Amino acid sequence: MYRIVKKELLVPNTIYLQAEAPEIARKAQPGQFVIMRVDEVGERFPLSLAGWDEKAGTLDVIFLIMGRSTMKLASLSEGDCIMDIVGPLGKATEIESYGNVLCACSTFGVGPAIPLAKALRERGNRVISVMEARDEGFLFWEDRLKEVSDETHIASGDGCRGKHRRASEFITEHLKSGHKLDRVFAYGRVFMMMECSRATRPFGVKTTVALTPVMVDGTGMCGCCRVSVGGETQFTCVDGPEFDGHSVDWEVLIKRKRAYLREEAQAYDLWQPDNLRKIAGLAGLPERSSAV
Amino acid sequence: MNDKPKLNLERVPIPKQAPEERATNFDEVALGYREEQALQEAGRCIDCKKPGCKDGCPVNVDIPGFIRAMKDGDMPGAVRILKSKNSLPGICGRVCPQETQCELTCNLIKKGAPIAIGRLERYVADWEIAHPEAVERGGQEARRNGRRVAVVGSGPAGLTCASDLAKLGYGVTLFEALHVAGGVLMYGIPEFRLPKTIVQGEVDYVKSLGVEIRLNHVIGKIATVDELLEQGFDAVFLSPGAGAPMFLDIPGENLSGVYSANEFLTRTNLMKAYLFPEYDTPIQVGRRVAVFGAGNVAMDASRCALRLGADEVYIIYRRSLTEMPARLEERENAEEEGIIFRLQTNPIRLVGDEQGRVRAVELYETELGEPDESGRRRPVRKPGSEFTIEIDTAIPALGTRPNPIIPLSTKGLELTRWGTVLTDEATGRTSKDRVWCGGDMATGAATVISAMGAARRAAIDIDAWLKGSG
Ligand SMILES: Cc1cc2nc3c(=O)[nH]c(=O)nc-3n(C[C@H](O)[C@H](O)[C@H](O)COP(=O)(O)OP(=O)(O)OC[C@H]3O[C@@H](n4cnc5c(N)ncnc54)[C@H](O)[C@@H]3O)c2cc1C
Ligand SMILES: Cc1cc2nc3c(=O)[nH]c(=O)nc-3n(C[C@H](O)[C@H](O)[C@H](O)COP(=O)(O)OP(=O)(O)OC[C@H]3O[C@@H](n4cnc5c(N)ncnc54)[C@H](O)[C@@H]3O)c2cc1C
Ligand code: FES
Repeated sequence: MYRIVKKELLVPNTIYLQAEAPEIARKAQPGQFVIMRVDEVGERFPLSLAGWDEKAGTLDVIFLIMGRSTMKLASLSEGDCIMDIVGPLGKATEIESYGNVLCACSTFGVGPAIPLAKALRERGNRVISVMEARDEGFLFWEDRLKEVSDETHIASGDGCRGKHRRASEFITEHLKSGHKLDRVFAYGRVFMMMECSRATRPFGVKTTVALTPVMVDGTGMCGCCRVSVGGETQFTCVDGPEFDGHSVDWEVLIKRKRAYLREEAQAYDLWQPDNLRKIAGLAGLPERSSAV
Repeated sequence: MNDKPKLNLERVPIPKQAPEERATNFDEVALGYREEQALQEAGRCIDCKKPGCKDGCPVNVDIPGFIRAMKDGDMPGAVRILKSKNSLPGICGRVCPQETQCELTCNLIKKGAPIAIGRLERYVADWEIAHPEAVERGGQEARRNGRRVAVVGSGPAGLTCASDLAKLGYGVTLFEALHVAGGVLMYGIPEFRLPKTIVQGEVDYVKSLGVEIRLNHVIGKIATVDELLEQGFDAVFLSPGAGAPMFLDIPGENLSGVYSANEFLTRTNLMKAYLFPEYDTPIQVGRRVAVFGAGNVAMDASRCALRLGADEVYIIYRRSLTEMPARLEERENAEEEGIIFRLQTNPIRLVGDEQGRVRAVELYETELGEPDESGRRRPVRKPGSEFTIEIDTAIPALGTRPNPIIPLSTKGLELTRWGTVLTDEATGRTSKDRVWCGGDMATGAATVISAMGAARRAAIDIDAWLKGSG
């Protein structure tokens, strides 16, 4: 059992959790994730590591309430326990001295972008962070991102913070205006990672994305998480989760992610009435958000 | 002793759930002998001078010995004899391919049906579970000798090695990647063939010996083998199985509705998707299911699909019945339940719809040519035999290979060209100091009994080696 130490509603529908998992905290590296199972009947689902503290023996995750599993997780309070957490899974990010690096992030991707930017900077890279959010009300952890970046920009859907509405727009303009980028990382919703990869392609800037297919075991045993990259089938949990965004077959990913929409709606609807009370206070639970 | 026993050449049939009934539930298919049936079957054993059965058993169980004890009414004795060689008889009695092992070399086979050794083994094991007080299981913790061994993976190999070493006084920690111990016995082999309470009983027994089981620990990630050795373990036994699934390598394999057999079985057995939505993990089956391959894994996947509500389930296999690798009993069970066998048929591609869901499979028929390197006749495409069947789910069940996590994270561990760990068969030693290996990771996908046997040999060698090294 893994005790929840801290829980915070960051912005509507987005929750930050800190849990005790000392062994994982000791080994975690940027780019890795964990798989959780909230209770005895729960499914196994992955969340990226948004941070860890070796001394305190804790790890951080940020998640969107999407359906039954994430809602169950959201219904736990500080002091409650998560039944299973396994990790750190996946390959760590290749942190090298690239030069000028841009880290684009949106929604839950802001979490893993922070340890990434920090590690890149420690390796001597110059890090520009671009955080994409729907509107002012969905911005969070801007200060934390600033702390680990040389430059931080906001791309906001309502235009509240400057002219860029999407991270990909920022990237295009940045490259067009003659700035040099040696590597781009994009973490967050599939659509955003796809757009960022599209933006860098004409300029030949290698772009690393962190894919989020449906998973079961997370150890390479089932093949559920397979994606097509450069025409080859790869298992995201052991060969990834990071891949070259220019080689990813996005259509396969998006379609496979949507495979269980009917069952997910069924599970959510069944679970919701009894349990919504528990997450009352988590303001702004929206309609079911879409997977991509 | 002198009166020649008259030969009875018919085995006592084992009671089973009726096919039409069992095809809709996950309860055990074979119900097991009742006492009088077991004794009647045991009574057929002629206790021959040169028993063949024992040599046919990969771990040389004293089969005539335990049957003799049964006949003498000494059930605790039967348990003891059986378990002195096989630590998991309740499991092996249910899943061992006896027809190619002990029962094949039973001398009665020359005249008629061999003794139903597997069923008797199961009877003895189940008797022990029903009479927990009757046999001293060595259930207490042995005196600790102060030395520690890490066992990686909790399938039959890991459970056996852990319990053997714990009984010898070692402090054993068993690391398991999943949230449940038991390996394939838990996530792969379905409830209707091997009830999970039986496996859990073995896991609980291992715990009662003082073995510490650490679930959710992927070795190679949370700690490497080298780190385990640095952290004070005197030896490491690797038994992570060979769990990485293979696919058909044909177009359309990444469509939704295409599951590796491992995924399909894991969702069903480990995650209990057959109880969705009470359990959270979903599974999709649809009306028509095609399973590719014809081993035990394919039989299990097809029979699960049927129980999950599919109307038609096809086994698609490129060779003929003669080459089929599945156990005869399981093939017959599948046939009785209504699985449709499309033999000498091979897929060309999977066809999807707009949403990227699998909708059909294109197939061709084969003819069997000259034997290939496996000694089986090579299937060749019959020209003009192409046809299509509509399906909602496709399940490649083509076997598995070793998972790369441990090989990639362990320095100095030599591999074979199949990706298995190079291991000395007699001792389980690997190329790396203080590291042993056994089970599917050493042999490639094999059997429960061979994994168990290898683990026993390794436990003996680990003990000898650690004693020798002071
Ligand atoms: C490597 C990786 C890292 C991830 N990191 C984060 C993160 O840091 N924060 C975050 O909010 N989300 C993350 N996700 C996505 C997260 O796992 C899903 O949102 C979550 O499983 C949804 O479950 P649910 O039952 O609440 O919703 P559901 O209603 O079941 O599903 C909503 C959508 O989530 C996806 N999904 C469903 N089940 C799974 C599953 N078992 N595994 C993966 N995806 C699934 C599907 O696309 C589905 O349409 C990550 C996914 C992966 C693969
Ligand atoms: C569907 C199916 C049906 C079968 N039917 C039969 C049958 O009828 N009869 C028969 O004799 N055999 C059968 N087999 C084969 C048999 O189950 C295997 O040969 C046997 O289980 C191998 O045992 P093992 O201990 O080597 O590995 P496994 O049983 O595979 O167990 C390995 C364990 O190690 C864990 N692990 C893997 N990597 C790590 C890691 N890095 N760190 C920690 N833990 C890890 C895994 O999660 C797993 O729990 C079947 C196999 C399958 C898949
Ligand atoms: S999640 Fe099962 S192989 Fe990746």
